[in-house]
Amino acid sequence: MSRHLARALVLLVTAVVAITACTNGSSSSSNQSFSGTTIRVVTFTGPQIAEPLQRRAPDFEKATGAKVQIITVPFSDLYQKLLTDFATKTNSYDATVFDPQWMGDYVPSGYLEDLTNRVQADSALQWNDIAPFFRDFSATFKGKVYTIPLDGDFQMVYYRKDLFTKDGIAPPATWDDYIAAAKHFQGKDLNGDGKADYGSCLAMKRSAQSYWAWISIASAYLQSQGTKQGAFFNTDTMQPLTSSAGAAAALDVYKQLSKIGPPEQLNQDVGDSRGLFVTGRCALSLDWGDIGPLAVDPTQSKVQDKVGAIILPGSKKVFDRSTNQLADCNATLCPYATNGVNHAPFAAFGGWSGAINKAAPAKVKDAAFAFLSYMSQPAQSSQDVTIGKTGFNPYRTSHFTNQGPWLSSGMSASAASDYLGAIQSSLQSPNMVLDLRIPQTAFYQQTALDTALAQFLAGELSQSQTMAQITDQWNKKTDEIGRTAQLDAYRSSLSITK
Amino acid sequence: MSSLASSRASRMVSATWRPFGARLDRSAGAVFILPAVVVILGFSVFPLLASLYVSLSRLKFVAGGVELKFVGFDNYAKLLFGIDRPHLLGVAGPLTAIGIAVLVAIYGLFAYLLFRYARGPNRTIGGLIGRVITTAIAGALVWLTVNTILTSGRPGTLVVTLVYVAVDVSVQYLLGLGLALLVVQHLPGRRFFRVVFLLPMMITPVGVAYLFRMLVDTSKGPLYPLYAHFGLTDVSWVINPWGARLAVMVGDVWQWTPFIFIVLLAAIETLPHELTEAAVVDGATRWQVFWRITFPQILPATTTVVLIRIIEGFKIVDLPNVLTNGGPGTATESLTLHAYTIWRALDIGGSAAVAYILLIVVTFVGVSYVNLFRRRATAAV
Repeated sequence: MSRHLARALVLLVTAVVAITACTNGSSSSSNQSFSGTTIRVVTFTGPQIAEPLQRRAPDFEKATGAKVQIITVPFSDLYQKLLTDFATKTNSYDATVFDPQWMGDYVPSGYLEDLTNRVQADSALQWNDIAPFFRDFSATFKGKVYTIPLDGDFQMVYYRKDLFTKDGIAPPATWDDYIAAAKHFQGKDLNGDGKADYGSCLAMKRSAQSYWAWISIASAYLQSQGTKQGAFFNTDTMQPLTSSAGAAAALDVYKQLSKIGPPEQLNQDVGDSRGLFVTGRCALSLDWGDIGPLAVDPTQSKVQDKVGAIILPGSKKVFDRSTNQLADCNATLCPYATNGVNHAPFAAFGGWSGAINKAAPAKVKDAAFAFLSYMSQPAQSSQDVTIGKTGFNPYRTSHFTNQGPWLSSGMSASAASDYLGAIQSSLQSPNMVLDLRIPQTAFYQQTALDTALAQFLAGELSQSQTMAQITDQWNKKTDEIGRTAQLDAYRSSLSITK
Repeated sequence: MSSLASSRASRMVSATWRPFGARLDRSAGAVFILPAVVVILGFSVFPLLASLYVSLSRLKFVAGGVELKFVGFDNYAKLLFGIDRPHLLGVAGPLTAIGIAVLVAIYGLFAYLLFRYARGPNRTIGGLIGRVITTAIAGALVWLTVNTILTSGRPGTLVVTLVYVAVDVSVQYLLGLGLALLVVQHLPGRRFFRVVFLLPMMITPVGVAYLFRMLVDTSKGPLYPLYAHFGLTDVSWVINPWGARLAVMVGDVWQWTPFIFIVLLAAIETLPHELTEAAVVDGATRWQVFWRITFPQILPATTTVVLIRIIEGFKIVDLPNVLTNGGPGTATESLTLHAYTIWRALDIGGSAAVAYILLIVVTFVGVSYVNLFRRRATAAV
């Protein structure tokens, strides 16, 4: 009897220890420890990104007692809103889901909380399940973790598999192929509604998220020797690559694409181009991972199971930095080429990530971390990345290996393999192009590059004037901040090991 | 005895208080004005001076705050002579025959007006100097406009803003006046239309911008059947620079015509009927009644409402920002939107410099307008 009692006691103690360990491990989100704490999280105006935060906040509130307030501002305002809020010590935001490229401005100024110890201590977050690239690029700055990735961003090309198969056209391997295919389908009825449709739909509106598409095109011409070569500046002189034969080739492709598409293309943002693609009005599109889940959303898609996804098209000619000219790919110039085509998949933006305001009260910081961790944990994120309207794309190893949630979302097994395969091949490419992450990145891209590209498309600037304007403005800003400091920042951003 | 003592005491008190009271009386005006002065200093003059300093500085974010570095006129030099000159002032092309003709006509008119003033009976030295300065600045703005619009060049945000103001205010005035004259007629349903005509003014400008964004979309949107009927679905308003500017101007005219309408309606309705009736009895035509009687009498209201609209017109930002984000290229970008886009990239100094250039232009146009037109119009009545 006493032996039974002893055994029962041992079992009881083991169970209590196990439960306690589990409770500690699953972060502090399973009790009401944040009762009375309000977390103010700012992000960009939805529906994307804000939607999953708003949808999941009530569950988190119920579990922890915290109150989550999601504040949204337009994408183009988010950078300066955060910076002015931090700099003026207004501190009206406790946490943010933002563009990790801006860490170059926020971290050196000491505005963001160092999360290194927290992510290591939070077993429920499963930090090592997050793909190494996103842990390094989106989360880490100079060896310390400042954000929790909530999204994985690569631009890739989507095409109408049914139409391409029917007409015997192969998915585009190069940008020339892309243009040829787009021209082939332009003006044809692609969704059976009797109206002429479009060969390609891109976002080309100014002050939106359009300039990333041009970088996606330019990457193929500007970077061929691996990630550390960089696609924006010469890594010795910090001279922009925007006045090169590679940039000229990319501008040429961009201009041609502006004429193969909807008449309003120059005034369309990603929301417009996605809408047109999933309603079957376009044969091709260039976008982040969002179109994959949107294409299987029965409430809006007319192209379910008709969409293929591929790595960004490449080029057979690349910019040779030793001769300053475009040259045919060979084993030396394009060591990572496939069938003579240099692919340079562009990790555009890096993926929306959550960070915490260093100046927030300690308890609010704890609650904010718990909320961001909750959003990223596989239980939540594996569902969210399969929903198109979330704007969240896969970024964890489990998102790629576990096809269950994708199949439940309505994607067929072949579509899921196709879609995840395109992202994975981008993610694993040794020639992946990293997005810019230096101080005042927002000026280089969102202002200087974006304006010049819009002027080029509108015919206000010629090709050479466009290149000269971007280069002059980038150089002026670099000199204003300090060429050596910017070069160091650029170099260190490229030294990230994948 | 006691009454004597009390009256002496009261005299002493009043003698003590009299200087203080007198001083209070003397400074009462200043004391009463003081709160208003403090408010104006606090909310107007101080921010104006602070933003002037910001426009001469470069803002840098450093650990724990911001650092303002004084850079002199660098921000202005960048806008007027440097890298941002094409954005602000545009790009001039070689003058065409039409451009030369327009320049000759306008400069000829300026010269004639100046000559007429110099020979006229009311000339003063101050007036002449003022007019010469006004003519020089107006001449420069005309030169800039003609050289960037009537050539192969392209206008910058300054000229685009001037075009918005000139076209919008003119069209709004003509439409507003026409509607006001219509509504004062004894027509059926005029009370209903009086309210309907006011509605656009009540809508938020961002709402108006979204409304027009849908209306100008030829491939979808409420007017799609109309565009499809005329085979216009493959053309777009907003990818052509002048089409996009036209869309912005139509939206602005639609929104602000009611403002001019309501002011002129009030002015017309308060006019005495006797003059009109006497003129009709004397056999004046409808045009003569309007031109000789109604129009001169509403001139003070006209000049006021036009001045308000000119000043407001220079600050246009919502419509181009929402409708086209300033595109295609920078075609629809106004000065305020220009300042806003620079500010968004946290070039606060550059943004303040654009805002100051706007302030100088608005002040110049406003003061010239008041001196040349408004004073004369109000003095004539």
